[in-house]
Amino acid sequence: MSANVEKQEPNRSPVIPSGKPSSGAPTYRKSSALTKLKSLKAWLYLLPALVFLGIFMVYPLIDVLVYSFEEGYNSASQTSFGTGWFNYAYVLHDPYFLQAVKNTFIIVIITVPLSTLLALLISLGLNSIKKLKEVFQTIFFLPYVTNTLAVGLVFMIMFKKTPYTDGLINMILSIFKAGPIDFIDGPYWAKMFVMCFYTIWVVLPFKVLILTSALASVDEVYYKAARIDGTSRFRQFTHITLPMISPMIFYLVITGFIGAFKAYSDEVAIFGTNLNSAGMNTIVGYVYDMLYGDSGGYPSYAAAAALILFAIVFTITVINLLLSKKTSIR
Amino acid sequence: MKIRFEGLTKRFPNRNKKIKAEVVAVDHFTFEIPDGKLVGLLGPSGCGKSTALNLICGLETPTEGRIFFDEDDVTDIPAESRGVGMVFQSYALYPHLNVRKNIMFPLQNLKGEQKLTKEQMESKAMEAARIVQIEELMDRKPNEMSGGQQQRVAIARALVKMPRVLLLDEPLSNLDARLRIQTREEIKRIQNETKITTVFVTHDQEEAMSISDLIVVMKDGAIHQIGKPQEVYDQPANLFVAKFLGTPPINVFTGRIEGGKLLIGDEEILGKDYVKDTPDQEVYIGIRPEGFVLREGKDGALDGKAGVFSGKLLAIEVMGRDTSVVFSHGSSEIEGTRHRAIVSSDNRIDPDSEKVFFDLNPKKVFVFSKESQERLL
Repeated sequence: MSANVEKQEPNRSPVIPSGKPSSGAPTYRKSSALTKLKSLKAWLYLLPALVFLGIFMVYPLIDVLVYSFEEGYNSASQTSFGTGWFNYAYVLHDPYFLQAVKNTFIIVIITVPLSTLLALLISLGLNSIKKLKEVFQTIFFLPYVTNTLAVGLVFMIMFKKTPYTDGLINMILSIFKAGPIDFIDGPYWAKMFVMCFYTIWVVLPFKVLILTSALASVDEVYYKAARIDGTSRFRQFTHITLPMISPMIFYLVITGFIGAFKAYSDEVAIFGTNLNSAGMNTIVGYVYDMLYGDSGGYPSYAAAAALILFAIVFTITVINLLLSKKTSIR
Repeated sequence: MKIRFEGLTKRFPNRNKKIKAEVVAVDHFTFEIPDGKLVGLLGPSGCGKSTALNLICGLETPTEGRIFFDEDDVTDIPAESRGVGMVFQSYALYPHLNVRKNIMFPLQNLKGEQKLTKEQMESKAMEAARIVQIEELMDRKPNEMSGGQQQRVAIARALVKMPRVLLLDEPLSNLDARLRIQTREEIKRIQNETKITTVFVTHDQEEAMSISDLIVVMKDGAIHQIGKPQEVYDQPANLFVAKFLGTPPINVFTGRIEGGKLLIGDEEILGKDYVKDTPDQEVYIGIRPEGFVLREGKDGALDGKAGVFSGKLLAIEVMGRDTSVVFSHGSSEIEGTRHRAIVSSDNRIDPDSEKVFFDLNPKKVFVFSKESQERLL
């Protein structure tokens, strides 16, 4: 290492020792060699990371792509019957997959906007209170550090109707002369309601955290200026606060979409592992079933489903980014 | 429009919660800002001048006292409805809006009968932009402009709704030296053109002196002197005002009045004509740099008579237009102060001289009580 540095030292200021400042060409060549050496060094430093990424990220991604086009691939014998679009055709005609796609889209479309909006309202509230602000911030952040499965179990118990009890939620509903509804084994809309309720509850803390800090970072002086100019509170919010925190909102929406499309563990937490029979499977859940579930052992179908999910997420993210660029403030 | 304060007071709880005593940012202000004038609130940082400004615009509510715009009591009117325009130190331009939209922002807030059409807003915004000369920048975003340009946009935004009062908080502090001089003239011109009563806050005495019609010198929440810049400079009410105004600063010595003579050390610097009947006492003596009249020749005794005041010559700084004579004196208020006399560059001084001798211009000599620091003479 040290020898290397010494060798480089004279190169670093190539013009000075030569004593002939007019000889531009050799100076140029030297520095171009230097750049080459430098970039070679940079690649050398990057090599370990690139190797790991290549083996554990790029290779599996390509492999999944390959599997998805191999008909009846068997991972044990490493054999397949042939190549083609068969896996895609199968998956796209599988009623379980279509149900999973429908479920996923409903969850995404309901939970992402609603959770972001709720988080914004909560953050605004948190930002405007002075006393006990930290206490409330902590309370709102607690769900983030609790375990999804444990909380899912609590949700299930709260919503479940059994022969012995109607559950907490149905008790509340009975006050309003409604119910009882079986939210866990009952009608589809009830199950979907619990699912969305739970998903929003789970993703809310992180969004509240991000938005509270985004709101706090808006310089107070803008509001002062706006007040002096007679700006109403509503207009202050729509014309100052929102544009100023819009990058953070877009960040949350984009990551929210991606996260919601990849939902699986939340569903398991409430409806158990047999999501297909509950009619509450998601795309990732379908991929899992195809690999390891009771009907599993079909990596080709799983690969095809995963790539369809990838295509969907990719498309939505590109649309999101385009939109955010269009309305971006800077 | 006149602005009148009656016993205006603002107290804040102490930041350090262990200290019970409140901080008095503004202490019983009672004075009137005349209509259509440019008034500078001048004081060192932390003297409460920004609080005073916030009280005028309504961002702070006073602990005691009233504020009147002409005859209207506005003390309880919220900032939104006071109709003042304010330029913040950081300009507070909305970064996501271009110049045109920034300037139009206050107009879009108008409701009911005052509501304007888009064309009216555009033309008012253009008019404001014309006053501050930024018509060609209307489509820029704030971060695409220099500090001076942003400043102008901020002024245009404050002016566009034709406020009754224009307030400027440290308007020049974020600008570089050259732009500062240019912009302060600009502020004066805009104020002249619009005739809006304007109050600005600054800690830079030169800034305040150069453009104000009236300056208010503040310290620790209290007003020390109000007057035209030249009056305040020529007739400071107390030692603080004398020290705060003027560059280079006034030279302060300890001395005494004894039997109708004004003495610094053993030198009698001014006699009966100046001291009159002031009783004997210890005093501070302030002499403006331009109050020294250099005695040329050896020991200052060109005509066989030495000057009334002498100091140890430290350096001579030639400025071209005039010359600074830097000297020290045994009776400085703060020991080891490098005093500065400004004399005409026609004066010839031997740089190797040990001592330097001066006569004094009595108009530039101020005597303050040592006890109260109030001006005696």
